[in-house]
Amino acid sequence: MKELLSQYFIYWLILVLFMIGPFGMIYKKNLVKKLMAMNIMQVAVIIFFLVLGQKAGGTIPIEIHGLTGVEHYINPLPHALMLTAIVVSLSTTGVALALLLLIQRRFGTLEEDEMLRRMNQ
Amino acid sequence: MREQLPALIVIVPLLTALVTPLIAYLSAKLLRAVVTGAILVSNLSAMGALLRVLAEGPWHYRFGGWAPPWGIEYVIDPLSGGMAVLISFISLVVAVYSGPFLKEDTWLRKGIFYALYLLLTAGLLGMVVTGDAFNLYVFLEISSLAAYALIASGGEKATVAAFRYLLIGTVGASFYLLGVGYLYSVTGSLNMADLALRLQPLTESPAVMTAVLMLLVGMAIKMALFPLHGWLPDSYTYAPPPAAAFISGVMTKVSAYVLLRFFFFVFSAVSGPVPAALTVLGWAAAVGIIIGSVMAIAQSDFRRMLAYSSVAQIGYIVLGLAIGNMYGLIGAVLHILNHAVMKSCLFLVAGGVKWKTGEHTIEKYAALCRQMPLTMGAFLIAALSMVGLPPTAGFFSKWYLALGAIEAGMWPYIAVIVLSSLLNAVYFFRVIEHVYMKKAGPKPAEASGSGMELPAAMLLPIVLLGVGILVIGILNESIVTQILQYAIPGGGR
Repeated sequence: MKELLSQYFIYWLILVLFMIGPFGMIYKKNLVKKLMAMNIMQVAVIIFFLVLGQKAGGTIPIEIHGLTGVEHYINPLPHALMLTAIVVSLSTTGVALALLLLIQRRFGTLEEDEMLRRMNQ
Repeated sequence: MREQLPALIVIVPLLTALVTPLIAYLSAKLLRAVVTGAILVSNLSAMGALLRVLAEGPWHYRFGGWAPPWGIEYVIDPLSGGMAVLISFISLVVAVYSGPFLKEDTWLRKGIFYALYLLLTAGLLGMVVTGDAFNLYVFLEISSLAAYALIASGGEKATVAAFRYLLIGTVGASFYLLGVGYLYSVTGSLNMADLALRLQPLTESPAVMTAVLMLLVGMAIKMALFPLHGWLPDSYTYAPPPAAAFISGVMTKVSAYVLLRFFFFVFSAVSGPVPAALTVLGWAAAVGIIIGSVMAIAQSDFRRMLAYSSVAQIGYIVLGLAIGNMYGLIGAVLHILNHAVMKSCLFLVAGGVKWKTGEHTIEKYAALCRQMPLTMGAFLIAALSMVGLPPTAGFFSKWYLALGAIEAGMWPYIAVIVLSSLLNAVYFFRVIEHVYMKKAGPKPAEASGSGMELPAAMLLPIVLLGVGILVIGILNESIVTQILQYAIPGGGR
């Protein structure tokens, strides 16, 4: 069971999360929901990297006295990379929210079809 | 100091970006001097680095002294050095041009515009000089975020276009990051040179195949390769003119460069999944060239026509990669250079016409040759170069592409190159006809008395790029034998 979860299920979960992104961006009409779908997609990539660093029975990568050998510690590098990716994701969301604020002020709506109609008037 | 040139290329614009709003508060003149100065330093460093690389071979610059597989390194070889010179040069030219456009704005708007502009420059330069796959992702996001904000500053429609670009662009970046993740999972490395070594025994592995696919999709979105070009026309059309000129000139080409770097330097282009990926890319590019050109014919807005023509032109670059032999790659890299200069020049002309007459539809270009002779001269050269008439630069990249396609026996690609040149001629000659043949409307231009057709700061970049197209065209042989020959990967495919 544990093997099933760790070897297959987690990747299926990542795949589903990743695919929610394009699906939500195409299918949902509300711009905020599109943005949320984009965030879920980024989170899927982040989880993917974190899974790469994981080891069965590994602990946090801080040296514990008496515990030597690389197999006892999880790989910290993907976590470090993903800290950067999280910051990137945060700033993307920030820029996107600022744009949404402008769109809301200018068109008075965040529904895509309504906005397009007002834009073409 | 000389030892630190690769770092200066990126760090000077990056740090200057942080202080520009402050300088803008102090003085507008000082601001322009600082911004152009910073980009000039970056450009000179890139040139210095390129000259050293051409004399002594690739230059590996270690950040903080950490050895490559663990630390981040910048790698300047003739390809990345040449790209860095190109990017910083176009950035410099457009920075000079942007002055009159921002004259009316408040200090805050000016400061933020230049801060974003410098961030965009730094991000694009970082993408080409870095030797680390994850570092490239960070620079990709820096440049993209700056580009979203720059495009959004163009008005109401631009905001919507920028939001759409943000969503699609982030999807592209996520695909790229996922591809890097797959590479990391099989090799445990992020350094490109190290990756190339470790991937050699793994060419048939499914993880590598997935990585190639992810990188392909990610970069195809970022460079607006047909059919993933949906974000491009609106963004280029509504962006403020200086930003449009810079973004259209270099941004999509940097993504094409990344694809070239990965497919021909990191992966082996001979075996494994890359040849298949290149075949798919080649056909997408061939269809994109035709569709982009046909769509460009259908546009009445000059800027929108240029945007669709960008979709077509990026196809040539990818076509060169897909052909994959020496001539094909030389054609692709030469076309990166040519198209950056041509398209920037055309967008600068579009901005200049908008500044002078406030119009941007092609009908309103009638008889502009009287009002703006120099601008339209530059436009004529750029348009002929887009069509591909010798001795302009555009002819030679198409010539190399065609040579490569003949050598590889890929006849459909030759048909595409010839057909698209005809289509290019259709939509550019339509504009040329309006500019030179049509009589002006009933109301004569009111600005007939004013001495200059445009402020010197705008006219100079336009003329410089226009002359540059001719110079590149005439000097193309020495550019190819002195620089590009060393820039392409050793054997090719």
